[in-house]
Amino acid sequence: MSALASRAAMLCALLLLLAADGIVAHAEIPLAEKRSGYADMSPENRAMQDDDTVNPGMLAVLDGEALWGAKTGAAGRSCADCHGDATSSMKGVAARYPAFDAKLGRPVDLEQRINICRSEHQQAQPLAYESKDMLALSSYVGMQSRGAPISPADDPRLKPFLDKGRALFTQRQGQLNLSCSQCHDDNWGKNLAGNVMPQAHPTGYPLYRLEWQSVGSLQRRLRNCMIGVRAEPYSYGAPEYVEMELYLMMRARGMKIETPAVRP
Amino acid sequence: MAARTLINVPKRAKRGKIIAIKTLISHPMENGFRHNNIGVLIPRDIITSFVCTYNGEEIFRATLHPAIAANPFFTFHTVATDSGTIAFRWTGDNGFTTEANADITVE
Repeated sequence: MSALASRAAMLCALLLLLAADGIVAHAEIPLAEKRSGYADMSPENRAMQDDDTVNPGMLAVLDGEALWGAKTGAAGRSCADCHGDATSSMKGVAARYPAFDAKLGRPVDLEQRINICRSEHQQAQPLAYESKDMLALSSYVGMQSRGAPISPADDPRLKPFLDKGRALFTQRQGQLNLSCSQCHDDNWGKNLAGNVMPQAHPTGYPLYRLEWQSVGSLQRRLRNCMIGVRAEPYSYGAPEYVEMELYLMMRARGMKIETPAVRP
Repeated sequence: MAARTLINVPKRAKRGKIIAIKTLISHPMENGFRHNNIGVLIPRDIITSFVCTYNGEEIFRATLHPAIAANPFFTFHTVATDSGTIAFRWTGDNGFTTEANADITVE
């Protein structure tokens, strides 16, 4: 290779590197362009989500409704004994989680809130992430916010956690050395193999994923993506996930909750 | 062991009209070919049969196989002939049986 050609190749490589580094200054998607994964689904899958007698996520919601009224733990109390009718008391709650817990000094997501309630008020064993009962209860609580706009609390105590979540979202990771942002901020709408890359808004969790053949939480989805870029996922309930959930909810603010959504 | 079901049958229908029936049942449909994380085969656990009767008369039957996904959904059509009960019955491995009913008024 001539000296000129090798210099041109080096310049090309440098330019590519610069272009890749330029992504750090990515802009947030404006509200008018925010797009739920629902919009990219086939008409059949959309019909499945829209009809409550066809949406398999409703099976979990019905289980959750039964659990809401069931007495449990040493205290012998049900969720309904304190919170009453979930259709009014839980309306809009999922739209503003994760929320700051003053006692713990950090934000907790809906699943963690359910477990705090269980241990403190019901004196019951905490439910494992992705267990049938946890998914049922979080689906039932989540559905009470269906149609409500995502509106994270304007709480200054959340700021450092939100910043950490944003940093995690934009940080390159894994053997593929990709950040969440490179796909979901910079390249949404394009194809990744046969699939359209979504904007990654957490509008419908817990949702029924056809690939999973079950309902799953946002943390399960985050783990999936981390495994996809060949990074080591955090364990369930890790503070990093809650920080990412917090950032994703802030990023999706104004969008409507779809729980229980259906996704391919 | 009964599973949760979701049934959609119109409450009222005109005589002679074609109506749509939709049924959904929660079931893992474990196909019997998968291994767990220590290499032990997970035994098959599927629904094998689904039957729908309209006032006691069979109007729809399906045989299910391991390749059918979890939480099987069936939709089919029938002619509204008389008021009465449309009954559903799912049976499967390990003595699995679940029944559900829906009433219809035909006028």
